[in-house]
Amino acid sequence: MNAETGIGASALRKEDARFITGKGQYTDDINVFGQTFCVFVRSPHARAKIKSIDTASAMAVAGVIRVFTGDELTADGIGDLPCGWVVTSKDGNPMVAPAHPPIATEFVNYVGEPYAFVVAETLQAARDGAEAVSADFEVLEAVVDTGTATSSAQIHENVANNQAYDWELGDKDATDAAFAQADHVTSLDIVNNRLIPNAIEPRAALGSYDAASQTYTLYTTSQNPHVERVVLALFVQVAPEANLRVISPDVGGGFGSKIFVYAEETAVIWASAKIGRPIKWRADRSESFLSDAHGRDHVTKAELALSSSGEMLGLRVKTIANMGAYLSTFSSSVPTYLYGTLMAGQYKTPAIYVETQAVFTNTAPVDAYRGAGRPEATYVVERLVETAARELGMDPVELRRINFIPTDAFPYQTPVALQYDTGNYAASMAKALELADSDGYMARKAASEAAGKLRGRGYSCYIEACGLAPSQLVLQLGAGVGLFESAEVRVDVSGSVTVMTGSHSHGQGHETTFAQLVSDRLGIPFDSVNVIHGDTGRSDYGLGTYGSRSIAVGGSAIDKALDKIIAKGKKIAAHMFETTDDQVDFADGQFSYAGSNEPKPFAEIAGAAYIPAVYPLDELEPGLSEKAFYDPSNFTYPAGSYVCEVEIDPTTGETDIAKFVAVDDFGNVINPMIVEGQVHGGIAQGIGQALLEHGIYDSSGNLATGSYMDYAMPRADDLPDFQVDMTSTPCTHNPLGVKGCGEAGAIGSPAAVMNAITDALGVKDVSMPATPQTVWQTIQQGT
Amino acid sequence: MHRFNFRQASSIAEAHSTHAASDDAVYIAGGMTLIPSLKLRLASPNDVVDLSRIDGLSTISSAGGVLSVGATARHCDVAQTTDIPALASLASRIGDAQVRNCGTIGGSLANNDPAADYPAAVVGLGATVHTNSRAIAGDEFFVDLFETALEDGEIITRVDFSIPSRAAYAKFANPASRFAIVGVMVAETSSGVRVGVTGAGACAFRMSSFEAALSSNMSASALDGIAVDSSEFNDDLHASAQYRANLVTVMAKRAVAQLTA
Repeated sequence: MNAETGIGASALRKEDARFITGKGQYTDDINVFGQTFCVFVRSPHARAKIKSIDTASAMAVAGVIRVFTGDELTADGIGDLPCGWVVTSKDGNPMVAPAHPPIATEFVNYVGEPYAFVVAETLQAARDGAEAVSADFEVLEAVVDTGTATSSAQIHENVANNQAYDWELGDKDATDAAFAQADHVTSLDIVNNRLIPNAIEPRAALGSYDAASQTYTLYTTSQNPHVERVVLALFVQVAPEANLRVISPDVGGGFGSKIFVYAEETAVIWASAKIGRPIKWRADRSESFLSDAHGRDHVTKAELALSSSGEMLGLRVKTIANMGAYLSTFSSSVPTYLYGTLMAGQYKTPAIYVETQAVFTNTAPVDAYRGAGRPEATYVVERLVETAARELGMDPVELRRINFIPTDAFPYQTPVALQYDTGNYAASMAKALELADSDGYMARKAASEAAGKLRGRGYSCYIEACGLAPSQLVLQLGAGVGLFESAEVRVDVSGSVTVMTGSHSHGQGHETTFAQLVSDRLGIPFDSVNVIHGDTGRSDYGLGTYGSRSIAVGGSAIDKALDKIIAKGKKIAAHMFETTDDQVDFADGQFSYAGSNEPKPFAEIAGAAYIPAVYPLDELEPGLSEKAFYDPSNFTYPAGSYVCEVEIDPTTGETDIAKFVAVDDFGNVINPMIVEGQVHGGIAQGIGQALLEHGIYDSSGNLATGSYMDYAMPRADDLPDFQVDMTSTPCTHNPLGVKGCGEAGAIGSPAAVMNAITDALGVKDVSMPATPQTVWQTIQQGT
Repeated sequence: MHRFNFRQASSIAEAHSTHAASDDAVYIAGGMTLIPSLKLRLASPNDVVDLSRIDGLSTISSAGGVLSVGATARHCDVAQTTDIPALASLASRIGDAQVRNCGTIGGSLANNDPAADYPAAVVGLGATVHTNSRAIAGDEFFVDLFETALEDGEIITRVDFSIPSRAAYAKFANPASRFAIVGVMVAETSSGVRVGVTGAGACAFRMSSFEAALSSNMSASALDGIAVDSSEFNDDLHASAQYRANLVTVMAKRAVAQLTA
């Protein structure tokens, strides 16, 4: 392999030259002939009945072409925005989903919900038109609070107690029995704060309809354009699937929020056929705050049963998860199959029982956000474990060590459905302690105290389940889509390679990582590999990128297609060597045969494939292009140990992160630099959740944190230098031995930070975000 | 934004007469508050009168113990001055680099955002705000929330700061906006010790109890035990009145510690 660009090399990212010189092509950069502009008219009320909508004055605004309301979509047969995962309640009933018209018709149920949209010749005219739309609302009592939603006013006609489902996982009786015989029970009431995603690029859509071919083209900011296409075709029924092409060009960050099918792209693609012209919409930042699916927002009661020696005996978790006003595309799966299933953490807790009530409120829909359920699960487990150690007077590291699933126990079946394939949790912990200079901690603490500061230390040992799989299992559990990935490897005549992947890169660097994989396996130059993604017109049906699945599932699909390329190459080479393909070897870019001292370079075989002179065409088709679909047999299980030290100024409550160590086990790594970048970004978001970010609705349902004036995104100067390292236990069930790294940082870090803060303050709990005021008030209450 | 007429003024007199001739005009200097308001359609004036190209209005000069800062001097320009390090430091921490490269001292003072930094300097350093028609003492300039002593159409031309013997500014920034939740300027001036506070109340004010204590003992401990009345303080999403009261003391102590370091 090539030491600079092969597997394991920190190759510089191919895509960065265009991104950092302003040459990226994002949806809003794309302009088409005859384009019009669209502005959505959004509800100013958290909950109201729409009595009437007046569009006449908007139509009178110069430049306005049409004003559409939800009734027109309904009349045209446009369906609801569906939720793609049906979760079954304890009582065996499927979840209850309210109607979710893309554009509100009878009721609005959160501030920012669109109830009309204006299409105009210019953006300015569309804005003027939107301002001129007025509606007569009957304002209704808003439900805002997660914890009390089930006993509040009923939001949707068909949803009693505002409850979508009441789900359970695990053995209740065994867990209750474990608690009955426990020496000690640690309990915590935990709030997992609501977050607002804030990708750099706001959501956008450009829809156009070509009357001549009756085809639709939708450019949009999607993490999974094929899913967007199938939902718009099959469920929303905008167009037949074959007549709809969805293109996600460069996308500037997603973090989950761009997985979902939203009202806006539905509206512009539908309306483009109505007016016979392309329509563009791009959210402004205020709209992003109001209408992107938010994340987290759990209220949880969690209990851990232990023996007096610290052995974890049982875990009981009861969570209320806020879904917002409607069920967004994958929302139902987040606080259930991506949450309850992770409650074993890194530990051999024998009995676990998890209940999740999903409730509706008059707030923006809540769905997957970086980590999606797994940060919430890790937070529950790791806050409990640390608190239990303190209550038992044990070293929190030691308590973890005695409960770790030992290395000889893999594959390990947890009590909450998952079977971990491999891991070495003690190894990550040992490395993290060494990097954190654990031995020097007491001296650092003394120095902080001498300076009038409070110092604390916290740990977090997370487990993650990536690459949701296998399809047949998740389909049984209620998923509406399979979770395989597609790949096509097209070898060009000259031996260069074009790869089509169903994965989608919106910052992850697939053009580089996947090129490294192909270049390494085929022994061809890194620059000879071109990776294409994000276009349903060019690649086979694929499921896109989320859940840290791209390398484990998408990469494995490419690897499988490469196997086929090499196999066919051997057949061609065999004819050239005048032998059989089982006699041909392929290594370092050369096909060789023991009976010949002239190995054939890959490019020569590629040429021979397309200039088919040497092999019989009735036995072997011309060309060298192969496809593969890869469906994993299990999730992958990245895991790691994080250590955080904080120093708090008691006079103001300011928390300084004095040290942050992350040791992750991602199995094999293709590009360490990109992986480290992913870890950095994840930790930044995790620290953001712990210290800064909080999506707050006031009691009447107005978003109080609707801009950067009020919503604190983490910035570089809020963050310390991270000490990042890795251990490796390769995944046992995918060909690359890879696990995925995109979410780990966001999953592992909040608990480490909050464990450190509670340690420094000597209190049981502080709610996130631990803002200076919150910390100061905690200190005041203690004195 | 709504449409408006953009009026480029080349002199103070022209700006003033243009403003007077309009039934709905606003001045723009750096635009760091006005432009977002226009874009969000929270402001929709008929006429926007631009002060930013008036000759001499951005001049910064120092003579006779007075630092004179022209109204359209940008924050990044003030940050480069050396006469009053506390003032330069304050300017260097306003907003972000983009804001500092556009925002002006006159615009900030005329807007009188309760969380702006400059008001603490004007009050704490005992500055004089000069306008096209008069001179206004710093203590008299800030009236209430977004309300100043300026008459309709009156234009700030410069701000004169008497150079203090020593001064320091301590700021507790809002983690989201980086505006001041509380900012305190402490200065030893020829007319005595001054303590100017921004962020805590409806507009900047002096802390006379702190001034008295520091006059006899310029040390952080002199502020121990002095009660801060928070009954009129801002109480919002970002900070309770009680927390702001605590920050007034802590920031004043930090400023004193810097000043005496």
